[in-house]
Amino acid sequence: MATKTHLELTGVDIDFPTPSGPFKALSNVNLKIERGEFVSLIGHSGCGKSTVLNIVAGLYQATQGGVLLDGKEVNEPGPERAVVFQNHSLLPWLTAYENVELAVKQVFKNSKSKAEMKEWIEHNLHLVHMDHAMHKRPDEISGGMKQRVGIARALAMEPTVMLMDEPFGALDALTRAHLQDSLMEIQADLNNTVIMITHDVDEAVLLSDRIVMMTNGPAATVGEILEVKLERPRHRLALADDPEYNHYRAAVLSFLYEKQRKPVEGNAAPVATDTKQNSVAATAEETAAKTVLADEQAA
Amino acid sequence: MSSIALKLLKPLGLPDKLNLASLIKALVVPMSGILIFLFIWNVGARNIHTSLGEFPGPTQVYEQGLNLLDEHNRERQKEADFYQRQDDRNAKKLEKNPEAEIKIRGYTGKATFIDQIGTSLITVLAGFFAASLIAIPAGIVIGLNKTLYSAFNPVIQLFKPVSPLAWLPLVTMVVSAVYVSDDPMFAKSFITSLITVSLCCLWPTLLNTAVGVSTISADLNNVSKVLRLSWLTHVIKIVIPSAIPMIFTGLRLSLGIAWMVLIAAEMLAQNPGLGKFVWDEFQNGSSNSLGRIMVAVLVIGLIGFMLDRIMLMLQKKVSWDKTQELR
Repeated sequence: MATKTHLELTGVDIDFPTPSGPFKALSNVNLKIERGEFVSLIGHSGCGKSTVLNIVAGLYQATQGGVLLDGKEVNEPGPERAVVFQNHSLLPWLTAYENVELAVKQVFKNSKSKAEMKEWIEHNLHLVHMDHAMHKRPDEISGGMKQRVGIARALAMEPTVMLMDEPFGALDALTRAHLQDSLMEIQADLNNTVIMITHDVDEAVLLSDRIVMMTNGPAATVGEILEVKLERPRHRLALADDPEYNHYRAAVLSFLYEKQRKPVEGNAAPVATDTKQNSVAATAEETAAKTVLADEQAA
Repeated sequence: MSSIALKLLKPLGLPDKLNLASLIKALVVPMSGILIFLFIWNVGARNIHTSLGEFPGPTQVYEQGLNLLDEHNRERQKEADFYQRQDDRNAKKLEKNPEAEIKIRGYTGKATFIDQIGTSLITVLAGFFAASLIAIPAGIVIGLNKTLYSAFNPVIQLFKPVSPLAWLPLVTMVVSAVYVSDDPMFAKSFITSLITVSLCCLWPTLLNTAVGVSTISADLNNVSKVLRLSWLTHVIKIVIPSAIPMIFTGLRLSLGIAWMVLIAAEMLAQNPGLGKFVWDEFQNGSSNSLGRIMVAVLVIGLIGFMLDRIMLMLQKKVSWDKTQELR
């Protein structure tokens, strides 16, 4: 590559097939991210934030355009692009330790000895402050703790890019604040490249180096990019009265609620949401059908 | 109540702590259900007159139960005596001539009720294991692949409702033709019953496994993809644990079906087992026959119930979700 861009999305389009023809979720998404940068994606629900993340993760394939990571094309999922899922996605039958172990064994099976792996797993659980509960199963720990383990699992893969899909969306405000602080600490230590999806304007401003604001779907794309030049380490209390911080907040808010105000009825955005719901409904129907099948068996 | 008694009652769904209210709920209510049943049975039985006499009530059935136990003990004694006589004779022979050839003949007495229970249990478990060995892996493969699922679903749906009695003649003929050996490891009748049972109890496990496997959460599948787990690791670490509850639902249904099917198959094919016992008693037509058949009915029910409880205990042992209520 001529330019030394770490991660680059170029002209990314994606179409999802629907019964009424292909649905264009993203159109011409371009984004360049430097190594060690913390980037947030923000936008209204249904605007395709998750789709962008899934394309970078390799879980979706762009219809047009593509993703380059260190000059290599991304076309399948892999541990160098670790994902922290919204609802933790821990395997419920494994303890916190075993969940991280599964990832570590997979990534380092040829490069680390057993003892080194153990140390590495414990080190990562320590980073997210989960030492005390590392041998508990997901159903024995709180939502915030589960998400911590999810982050530890992603960190333990030593990813080039860490992808976080609304990692704190399902948590209460206090727990969320704790985890944001933890994440900032870890980020200060490791200086990972992170792409995080969020709905939360404060979270975006507090954590990010840049905030990528997306337009409403369908055919969503990057609307504006806001560089957040607040000094690190950042402290939420100190920032609360900081005029610069509030200026950034206002900028994001004005993008979301003035420039990209969600139309109440009619055209663009509801279509996007509908399609998503349709696909969810379809899977729900499938599941229901299967359950009926199983019930018949039971009868 | 002693702790041992508590442990024994545990599988019946009794709570750990027994206070008066829970004791009433756990013991008195089911007991009164049984008593009401016995009463209705008793009254009903007196009013049913068959060509073999009055329909047996609880008392007669109890007596016949003891009778059957007695017969079993007598038969065992006879067997022991038989071998004792042989041993004595052989010992004498050897005393006279140490070079003498010694023959030991097997005892060929008739199978008692208890023996038949044993035969049936072994057959049902063998058939069930054979079916599970096929159904679980097949279910996993079919469940993981939508195309395979669509391809095999019609076949499965076609064979699922087939009665064992329809399979039986075919299985018998095929076993007679294919399973030919001078010194067979298993009796032909055993193989026939086993295959019939397997054919009938395959389907619930197969379908439930397939459904369980195909409904794994998309998130867990994504985790597997991000980690680039190999197919085998994916199946072992993610697919099987998440499908375990459904697999066990299938297994319990299968075992129940296996037990019902076996009795019918033994009855029709005259293969050794409880089904044959029932049929023999029916053909025998003595005044005790109905009582003895009734004993068999109760024993069949009890064994079916216990098999299900054992599966439930296994399920609780392997299930990762300890909060889930299993019943």
